[in-house]
Amino acid sequence: MKVTIEVNGSEVSDEVEDRTLLVHFIRDNAGLTATNVGCDTTSCGACTVLLDGESVKSCTILAAQADGHAVTTLEGLSGEGELHPVQRAFRDQHGLQCGFCTPGMIMASVSLLAHNPKPTREEVRHGLEGNLCRCTGYHNIVNAVVDASGQEVGR
Amino acid sequence: MSIVGTRVVRVEDGTLITAGGTYVEDLREEALAGAAHAVFVRSPLAHARITGIDTSAALAAPGVLAVFTASDVDLPAQPAGPVPQPWLADGVVRYVGEPVALVLTERRYQLADAAELVDVDYDPLPAVASIEAALAGETVVHAELDGNVAQANGLAPDGFDDNAFDGCEVVVEQTIVNQRVAPAPLEARGSACAWTAEGRLTCWLSTQNPQIARMSVAAALGIGEDEVRIVAPDVGGGFGAKIGADPEAVLLAWASRAAGRPVRWAETRSENLTAMTHGRAQRNTVTIGGRRDGTVEVVRLDVVQDAGAYPRALFLPTLTELMAPGVYRFPRVETGSRGVVTTTTPVAAYRGAGRPEATAAIERGMDLFAAEIGMDPAEVRRVNFIRPDQFPYRTPTGATYDSGEYAAALDKVLAAAGYDELRAEQAARRSAGEVIALGLGIAAYVEITGGDAGGESGRIDIHRDGSVTAYTGSSPHGQGLATSLAMLLSDQLGVPMDRITVRHGDTDEVPRGIGTFGSRSLQLGGSAVRQAADEVLARAAGLAAELVEAAPDDIELDRENGQWRVRGAPAGPAITWARLAEHAGDDALSAGVWFSEGTPTFPFGAHLAVVEVDTQTGKVELRRLVALDDAGPVVNPLAFEGQRHGGLGQGSAQALLEVMSYDEDGNPTTATLADYSFISATELPDFELVDMETPTTRNPLGVKGIGEAATIGSTPAVHNAVVDALSHLGVRHLDMPTTPLRVWQALARARKES
Repeated sequence: MKVTIEVNGSEVSDEVEDRTLLVHFIRDNAGLTATNVGCDTTSCGACTVLLDGESVKSCTILAAQADGHAVTTLEGLSGEGELHPVQRAFRDQHGLQCGFCTPGMIMASVSLLAHNPKPTREEVRHGLEGNLCRCTGYHNIVNAVVDASGQEVGR
Repeated sequence: MSIVGTRVVRVEDGTLITAGGTYVEDLREEALAGAAHAVFVRSPLAHARITGIDTSAALAAPGVLAVFTASDVDLPAQPAGPVPQPWLADGVVRYVGEPVALVLTERRYQLADAAELVDVDYDPLPAVASIEAALAGETVVHAELDGNVAQANGLAPDGFDDNAFDGCEVVVEQTIVNQRVAPAPLEARGSACAWTAEGRLTCWLSTQNPQIARMSVAAALGIGEDEVRIVAPDVGGGFGAKIGADPEAVLLAWASRAAGRPVRWAETRSENLTAMTHGRAQRNTVTIGGRRDGTVEVVRLDVVQDAGAYPRALFLPTLTELMAPGVYRFPRVETGSRGVVTTTTPVAAYRGAGRPEATAAIERGMDLFAAEIGMDPAEVRRVNFIRPDQFPYRTPTGATYDSGEYAAALDKVLAAAGYDELRAEQAARRSAGEVIALGLGIAAYVEITGGDAGGESGRIDIHRDGSVTAYTGSSPHGQGLATSLAMLLSDQLGVPMDRITVRHGDTDEVPRGIGTFGSRSLQLGGSAVRQAADEVLARAAGLAAELVEAAPDDIELDRENGQWRVRGAPAGPAITWARLAEHAGDDALSAGVWFSEGTPTFPFGAHLAVVEVDTQTGKVELRRLVALDDAGPVVNPLAFEGQRHGGLGQGSAQALLEVMSYDEDGNPTTATLADYSFISATELPDFELVDMETPTTRNPLGVKGIGEAATIGSTPAVHNAVVDALSHLGVRHLDMPTTPLRVWQALARARKES
């Protein structure tokens, strides 16, 4: 079937198998590989993107379901030469190590902050429960989200 | 001021936070254009005879290019272990997840359909799904082994001295299950292979050790190492389970040659949880004998390692034996280990690899000993610590610890945590009969890093524009080593960070190397780069001396400005690196070295965990984790703390939640991330880090490894805290993971017994 999705502001239109997952459309048809696949049970959140501004796990949505909608991935988060506050905070707070969970973690954090601009550390932990990281023990990820929200990071 | 020791944000991050890394699945190389996709058909049974494989339906399916089974594979036997695993199962399968066939298709979405159509007939055999079943020996997994014991080492099981504990006032004994866990790096395994027309192979591989992988791939395929190029692109975590090249990676290279086209493979998560090697999986019996004043006189550790179906890493129980004495000056320690085979996924290295198991045994044991004599667990440890004046300290098991301040480490942690106040709060809660019990868990640990004694390569080139490229045989994958090495070089050469590039992971660029495991990278890889830079500095001094017509001894490097000058003549002529490189000509300011320390280093630390346990539901909440991890001087505190955080997270995960479990028939019951309790942000607290730096003399940087240390300390600290929370209710021990069910059962048992 033919699917048309606005990915990071550009329209991507392609003929795909009906069962094509959104994450594979993003990676293979739109050619944007930041969005990773980390599991097959919607557990890890590595594939998190924004669909019409809301965070979704793109391994759990068919490309067909996103037809006619707008998707934002990590690549579309910042403009040329500038970082989104969440990206900057992940770097400054060392909120990533191997980087594999990072695109999904950053997108989930962007969504979290859109709903709750000044979260407590506890709220950040709960907000990111659906995004798994094996490297950081989450400590610096929490720091990064608190930092991105403009609040003081008490280490 | 030196950049070393300051918090430098990572050079690695720029791309990772904007475009994402380039992991194997992300590669869009020209050489991989038109690559076939691969899937392994894996055994659904733990133990069975294969009575037939019909590939005809699969071969007829859309897009299927090839289906390979054991009889197609013409590779020599795998080199690892006493009973090598066939590349594809040959007649018998011995664990759920064992590769049986390899299918290649044109497109990714055809893989699962085609794999379904490979029709394998199995005749089930009895499973051997636990250490107990293996030792019982009713079913033998490999006819070529004597029973199911693949390796016996030290005194186990019959060589222990029956009279070892005679004369001890107190003897405690406990069998402790160090449960099987899944390493579960967030990027599962993957590789991609392409051959040139001339017969040269490139493998992009998610590995911790490209050079080691090249050796295995070349040996298996029967071609020279220079005919193989391994590239580790960005690697999404390894934790020991991506050491070298797994059999799947070798098979993929073979299949690519057989099929005559590039091939790529991406493991699924559910496949990963059963088919990638697991970690831990030991059953350890610790016996401690001593006096009522807290002095321990004799320790015995009897290790049984579940090696899985095909033993690959029987060094694990041996390492556990080596580290059995922990941080204590026990006069007598006797150890033994057995590695047994079961019809389960093979077990290999996982963050700590043999050392966490030793620490868990002795630290749980010390708590049991303390409880038996009614002494505070901190005090029992103080009585037995190796003293600072005893280093270098040779243990009864044959390790020589380089340096340590064990008592100071514990005291600092207890002070930072407010130990006495916490004990008072615990007593108050207990006397008030509160439902939520408070538990404090201590672990003091020593760990061995760079223990493989294999050395590492380092090379630096100073270019004509004054920029620097460093090449390391280490293969970092999240540790931030590129930043740390650039910091060291910036400091040593007086060149700004942004003029230094660190290269790694491509065997064409870095032909010699060992890679990243065993927390070896900074101490060996860092020291190698340091030594290479030293050689260049020595040569540069001579060349600069020529240019300013002075004696080499009178020349010095102004590191602030990256210029060579005559000593004591700040206004005199200054020679930049660029000028020097121009003058020196090609290769004159390059040096490559192989650094070998010869002996490992021994980081150490102390952790205190504070838990709250709901004594009605069994639910454990980890409230605090206060950790001191001393690995000598810190190059980049940001990366150093990151390594500790990760270790604390994974160690806590094992103590609280994670277990890879099998039913009696050998079926894995935690084979997806929906079932496996991978720890999340809500289950961990903010970590509290306490700093101490005790250098080693065993390398020029004075550093020890930090990659695994915090895992080793935190697991028994959290475990001990849970038991401590329940001790007043009659619970003496319960095994990890301390899930609500386990805790509730332990409480119910204790109530019944009292």
